[in-house]
Amino acid sequence: MSAEIAHAHEHEHARALPPGVRPPVSNHFEDLEQQEETEKLGMWTFLITEVMFFGALFTAYTVYRSLYPEAFMLASSHLDWKLGGFNTLVLIVSSLTMAMSIRAAQTNKRNLMLVNIVLTALLGATFLVVKYFEYKSKYDLHLMPGPTFDVAAFGEWGPQARIFFSIYFAMTGLHAFHMVVGLILMGWVFVKAKQGHFTPQRYIGIEISGLYWHFVDLVWIFLFPMLYLLGAHVHGPAH
Amino acid sequence: MAPPTDSHAAHAGEPHVLPLSTYWGVFFALVAGTILTVWTATIDLGALNLIVALVIATIKASLVILFFMHVKYSSKLVWIFSAMGFFWVVLMFAFTLMDFYTRSW
Repeated sequence: MSAEIAHAHEHEHARALPPGVRPPVSNHFEDLEQQEETEKLGMWTFLITEVMFFGALFTAYTVYRSLYPEAFMLASSHLDWKLGGFNTLVLIVSSLTMAMSIRAAQTNKRNLMLVNIVLTALLGATFLVVKYFEYKSKYDLHLMPGPTFDVAAFGEWGPQARIFFSIYFAMTGLHAFHMVVGLILMGWVFVKAKQGHFTPQRYIGIEISGLYWHFVDLVWIFLFPMLYLLGAHVHGPAH
Repeated sequence: MAPPTDSHAAHAGEPHVLPLSTYWGVFFALVAGTILTVWTATIDLGALNLIVALVIATIKASLVILFFMHVKYSSKLVWIFSAMGFFWVVLMFAFTLMDFYTRSW
């Protein structure tokens, strides 16, 4: 009996598969193909809820921007587009390293996979450090919505500019939270990769983690022009 | 359970590996799109500024979804799922803005 259990246990955790041999499939799936399709769809379903989640904030942004276009341009010119642009490039490079780590898993290059996971995490951390300094500068300039908000800095558009900054902090804050989750995910992926869990036969764990990472990059691709670049042609580059 | 057929084994055993040139191509397109976004924002195009920025962002997003997220090489079901979220967001936008733009105030 105990030998049977030990055997079953060993079978379940068999990782070092000879080339061409298919890894075990959970017994409620017909085959590995169906199982991986299901796992992928699970992550996409989660991403749909994420699109809806951010979509509501994008809708709020669109409504208020169409109501107060001048205030949004003025407030936007107080954001540092150079830092925002730098962070956009950081995230694009991190998406490249993420894609490269999955490709390394597919081609059975474990060291390359580990290096690219670490690079992805470092770039994600770089993004958050830049974001911290941006937030700090906004706080020091009294642009954080609340009792200390510098309404006078925006002339007649003070209260409306405050709406812009509320939306700015809500959207970038939620995005930054997603980056933190992404960093934790990279830690998990790194450990699993180091333990040899990702093989060319089965690498779905890193594949769907990549889906999440790319999605967070996607959100920023929209946030950057919508938040940072509104006033560039009217009020000149940010201070 | 039926024994795996050869085609299944081939599918599971040999992942669809994209050439490095695809990844680098998408990467440079994304960087170029970012530079283009910043450049067009410094030109006064009136109401077109927003549209230009959104068109560039949508192209960039499509590149990420199709190539980095491998949707181009995925099943029809994944195609539908990846478009679903955006479909609902478009509905949310459409009905909300229909309301706002038809108000008398």
